[in-house]
Amino acid sequence: MGPTVVMLVDDEVPFVETMTKRLAVRDLTVLNAFSGPEALEKLEKERHVDVIILDVKMPGMDGIETLREIKARYPLIEVIMLTGHGTIETAIEGMKLGAFDYLLKPTNIDQLMTKVQEARAKKRAHEDKIMQARLQEIALRRGD
Amino acid sequence: MENAQYYRSLSRNLVSIVIVVSFTPLLLIAALIGYSFETSYKGKSIAYLKETVKRNQQNIDVFLSEKLDYLKVLSRSYTFEELTDEKFLARKLAILQDAYGGVFVDLGVVNSQGIQVAYAGMFKLERADYSKAEWFKTAMKRTHFISDVFLGLRRSPHFIVSIKHNWRGEDYILRATVDFVQFNSLVENVRIGETGHAFIMNRAGEFQTKVGPETEANREFYMALLQKNGLKWEDGGLDAVSGVPSFTYSYWDSPYKEIILTGEGRRGGDDFVYIMTPLKSGEWVLVFQQDKSDAFRDLRRARFLALAILLLGGASIAVTAILVSRKMVSRIEMSDREKEMMNEQVIETGKLASVGELAAGIAHEINNPVAIMVEEAGWIEDLLRDETQMEASKLEEVKRALTQINTQGERCKEITHKLLSFARRTDPRVVEVNINEVLEEILSISEQRSKFSNVKLEKNLDPDLPHIMASPSELQQVFLNLINNSLDAIGTGGGTITVTSRLADDRLVVDVADTGTGMPKAILARIFEPFFTTKPVGKGTGLGLAICYGIIKKMGGDITVNSAVGVGTTMHVYLPVPKGAVP
Ligand SMILES: [Mg+2]
Repeated sequence: MGPTVVMLVDDEVPFVETMTKRLAVRDLTVLNAFSGPEALEKLEKERHVDVIILDVKMPGMDGIETLREIKARYPLIEVIMLTGHGTIETAIEGMKLGAFDYLLKPTNIDQLMTKVQEARAKKRAHEDKIMQARLQEIALRRGD
Repeated sequence: MENAQYYRSLSRNLVSIVIVVSFTPLLLIAALIGYSFETSYKGKSIAYLKETVKRNQQNIDVFLSEKLDYLKVLSRSYTFEELTDEKFLARKLAILQDAYGGVFVDLGVVNSQGIQVAYAGMFKLERADYSKAEWFKTAMKRTHFISDVFLGLRRSPHFIVSIKHNWRGEDYILRATVDFVQFNSLVENVRIGETGHAFIMNRAGEFQTKVGPETEANREFYMALLQKNGLKWEDGGLDAVSGVPSFTYSYWDSPYKEIILTGEGRRGGDDFVYIMTPLKSGEWVLVFQQDKSDAFRDLRRARFLALAILLLGGASIAVTAILVSRKMVSRIEMSDREKEMMNEQVIETGKLASVGELAAGIAHEINNPVAIMVEEAGWIEDLLRDETQMEASKLEEVKRALTQINTQGERCKEITHKLLSFARRTDPRVVEVNINEVLEEILSISEQRSKFSNVKLEKNLDPDLPHIMASPSELQQVFLNLINNSLDAIGTGGGTITVTSRLADDRLVVDVADTGTGMPKAILARIFEPFFTTKPVGKGTGLGLAICYGIIKKMGGDITVNSAVGVGTTMHVYLPVPKGAVP
């Protein structure tokens, strides 16, 4: 198993930059984007992303729209929403749309790390199941 | 002061309306009923008087014809010789006086030369010469005759009843004197009420009964009345058979017993009613006269009573109207005051609501730099964890992080100051205001929210605008509301809000134009109504525009709106510019 690949999406540049450094020293491979479209664009090229940390409130394409798009295109990638107090409703909406969890800004880095690990584990488990199902299918085919 | 006057005039108006409304029907009914009552009462009273007068007319006529009939019987029953026998005559007089209670004063036989050839009675009138007397001349022309009242030879009022008879080719007259007192009592007994009395006049206006000085004074009046009303006895000549004059009445052509003339007269201050009817074939007139106040005594009483009720009722209506109006006006005044207080509260609430709306945006705005600061602090912590390796590059990194924390702290300070400057309590104090400064401030506060809604805020502010007199905090509230509404109208789809300030016709105009959804006419007509909202329940109070409208109207300005569905909405705020401030 390789290192966990995380993509950080937020419109606040200093936030993204510092957070990237902090996650990197915690042995995560970090990609970043400063808007929804940019994130989708980068995902197009980089298929190994495990977890996306996604800001809800962004000008232009907001977090919810981006989430919907991500889930449509890459259903296996887990998304953790970052939200302010005033937009918990939005975070809940995000959960309904398939987000893994949400965290309030400012975030506690350890909490974030835990969530990332959990999300990654879930994703791996998901992938394993798919793999096994495929193997079984192949085995069945061979068996008859 | 102005208000006190307003409430006073309101109270006055209420009182006059109540009084007019309640008095008009009252007076109309009073007048109507009064009139019909008076008419019918007067009609009945007069009818009653007429009946009485008619009865007396008949009585008197019967009295007179009775006396004539007795003379007729005497003259037919006895010979001239018998009648001229004074003892016989005295006996007959005694019988008559006995039967009629002294009505007959004396009896006499007058020959065709006018000499009284026989006499029975208390006066010494034997051989009296009547040849020159008016009554004798007339009596000789007729079969029977009743004279007017006159003094005659005896110098006391009396009248003569006479029958002309023929004895062996020669006419003679049997005459009797009727006691005036007896006859007079017939008429005097006609008394109704306190002032109702009767008297008799002949056609020349001479009184045939005793009258008081007041009635005496009415002589001219009745004479004139007889002339004026055409109650003229036109001499139709003497009846061919009886020699009695026949009269035609130029005014009435009914049988004379039915003839009754009624009316009202006035002498001095006294109003009276009169009833006239002819007597004695029309040679005399029986007049009944009564003071109106006496004749219509009950009417006067009823009228007085009605007037008293009307006055009392009117007074109580007026008092009630005044009391009720006062109470009502004071209620109105109180509720007006309450409404005013409520308005102030509503404005305050609206302010809080718009601040609340703002706060959500501001929280986000503050949250972002705070998050950055927290991350930078966390990063420094991360760097310091490995204390042994304090390289130069690490130090550089810490420095950068601290600078970043400082920058973000500044950002927070700016945001909180903005919010604080806005959220200060509603201050209605009017000061000189540069509208552009207010608009700039509102635009900067709204920047964050519009950024996340993908709305471009454009401003087009005329730098040469005059200052206006207004409360800056109220103006902030108005324009924040308008911009919030515009942002809501645009939604998340993105668009543009253009804020323009300009001068037009001595008024300052601020246009807030958005490229939002626009509004149909039905909604447009109601947007300034309090509690009208198109937002879902719990999202909008429906007070925003109503409060804006109230604030601007209070300043003497106006708000109008243009909107087209799918194109957008433009609100125009017109603000008055103080005189002399226009450059
Ligand atoms: Mg953001």
